[in-house]
Amino acid sequence: MSVRTRSVRGAVRRRRARPVVVVLALAVLLTAVALLVVGDFVVPLPEVIGVITGRADWKSQLFVLDIRLPRVLTGLLAGLGFGMSGAIFQSLVRNPLASPDVIGITSGASAAAATCIVALGLGGMAVSAGALAGALVTAVAIYLLSWRGGLSGQRLVLVGIGATALLSSLVSYLMTSAAVWDAQQVLIWLTGSLSGRTWTHTTTLACCLVPLALAAAALARPLNVLCLGDDLARGLGLWVERSRLALLLTGVGLAATATAAAGPVAFVALVSAPVARRLVRDGGPALAASALVGALVTLVSDFVAEHAFTPVELPVGVVTGVVGGPYLLVLLVTANRAGTSASRRGSRLLR
Amino acid sequence: MVALVVLAALATAGVMMGSKPLSAHTVGDALFRFDPSDTEHLVIRSLRLPRTVVGLLAGAALGLAGAVMQGVARNALADPGVLGVNSGAALFVVAGINFFGVTSLSGYVWFGLAGAAVSAAVVYAVGSMGASGATPLKLVLAGTATTAVLTSATQAVLLLNVSAFDQFRFWQVGSLAGRDEAVAWQGAPFVVAGAVLALALGRSLNLLALGDDTARALGQRVVRVRLAAALAVVLLSGTATAMAGPIGFVGLAVPHVARMLTGADHRWLLPYSMVLAPVLVLLADLVGRLVIRPTEVQVGIVTAAIGAPVLIAMVRSRKGAAL
Repeated sequence: MSVRTRSVRGAVRRRRARPVVVVLALAVLLTAVALLVVGDFVVPLPEVIGVITGRADWKSQLFVLDIRLPRVLTGLLAGLGFGMSGAIFQSLVRNPLASPDVIGITSGASAAAATCIVALGLGGMAVSAGALAGALVTAVAIYLLSWRGGLSGQRLVLVGIGATALLSSLVSYLMTSAAVWDAQQVLIWLTGSLSGRTWTHTTTLACCLVPLALAAAALARPLNVLCLGDDLARGLGLWVERSRLALLLTGVGLAATATAAAGPVAFVALVSAPVARRLVRDGGPALAASALVGALVTLVSDFVAEHAFTPVELPVGVVTGVVGGPYLLVLLVTANRAGTSASRRGSRLLR
Repeated sequence: MVALVVLAALATAGVMMGSKPLSAHTVGDALFRFDPSDTEHLVIRSLRLPRTVVGLLAGAALGLAGAVMQGVARNALADPGVLGVNSGAALFVVAGINFFGVTSLSGYVWFGLAGAAVSAAVVYAVGSMGASGATPLKLVLAGTATTAVLTSATQAVLLLNVSAFDQFRFWQVGSLAGRDEAVAWQGAPFVVAGAVLALALGRSLNLLALGDDTARALGQRVVRVRLAAALAVVLLSGTATAMAGPIGFVGLAVPHVARMLTGADHRWLLPYSMVLAPVLVLLADLVGRLVIRPTEVQVGIVTAAIGAPVLIAMVRSRKGAAL
């Protein structure tokens, strides 16, 4: 490929990335508004705006401001976190399956949450805090265990799988030894749920997640360079190990906080980055687009989970699984139609 | 050879130990001079022996299935869990509990097998859509996607039906407790058939490891090998799951350990996996029975608790990253 066609491609890439991000942001906003409007008690759009500017009756105020907005914001932020962290891990490990679940971070959160619910009888914020601590401790342990004079993606994934197996066996043990009611609480948490989120959740989540997201944005360039391979990145003057460590920490933090807030919502981290990459048609990690896709998937799924099966309200994770799976399949089939080169590249990544 | 000796020793220990330890002499008597009026003989014949045999069969099946899958998918992370087989079996079992009121183990067997077969067929069909056929990457992605859908469906059913959940959470961890002779007799033919098929695939999997094009150029019928492998995997992991529940981790971890002993040659890798996996399963069952007597920890929990540190240690001790 000549230098000229490459630079032309680069230009196309940049022209494409921005509109995609704008459209995605608009879609996220629309879904969020729809979530504020729709429900057992419908609050019309002007009324919603009235609530936000502080001029509405107490009932709308209650539903929009106290009940729906924290839930929507929690979903949005958690979705951003999942999407970004998935994009970081997949690029870093160079494996499209390397979501935080596979690396074992969410299993730490799950084990800690299950312990909090079953063994300690806790609920609400205490479970979230426990989950966060569990995720971080697990991440550190996995990192230390897979460090051996440098970090290899393969080793990281395998150690992560080992840790996941160990921790999920703990969860299974707690599930079988608990009373049905407690076990079902654990199941709901493990599925990922946004119901009953309060402002305490939202503000805590925002305080953790916003700095991490900014850090990720700052690290987007090193990540792009790292995708070229260690040797080339080093040649371009990047401190490879240091950048990788910073990226790992950010990715872990994003996944951990998102999981603590919403539970390990199935599939969002795994599917967001491939979808975003496909929309942007960029070889790179497409961090902003992945984050927005994550938020969009989470919010739309929560909408469906809340309203599709009334009066029963399902946890959001049930829907992300059911919706995310087929989408990945569609992606697979269409990517394949485009030619075999992509899948060939993919199979090299997977080996 | 060493592995075989260890396996035999473990099997004997499995029959001898339990909430009430029995001497080797009693075990020998129960086997060769069975006395129906002796409770200890009855315990051995009706409880411990079938349990050990089921553990042997299920373990061997899981190890082989994992090794074949990793060979076909050319992916060290592939196992019956990743490729959707377990989640299919689980969904069908849940459906059986929820919609058909199945409560017995022998009822779960058929639902589990059917689910494994259906989900494997779906994964293969989806994975082979499009121009380039069933590439390893597409198989794994299709498996992941299918697993996600099936797991979510399972969770939805479980969340809506508390009593189904109450039954399912005990099946889900995988256990050898309470398996009688009938379970072993029902499962054995499927495991043997699957094992013969899998062991016969060793050479073909070696060729497949070189890549589809090379394998084809060397005269390999790639599609036929994949289908045969899929059949073997469904027979093996479906039966194992039906007999003992979804015992996680064995199919994933054991081939890695075997590979470290034998290298990448599937003609050695497959039999080693077949022997090493039941070692892990029986050891786990034994530990689970002894650690909190008189109650037990289910074998699926212990396999992960024992196997995971071993896997991590082995991953760490390897110098190269070539897995």
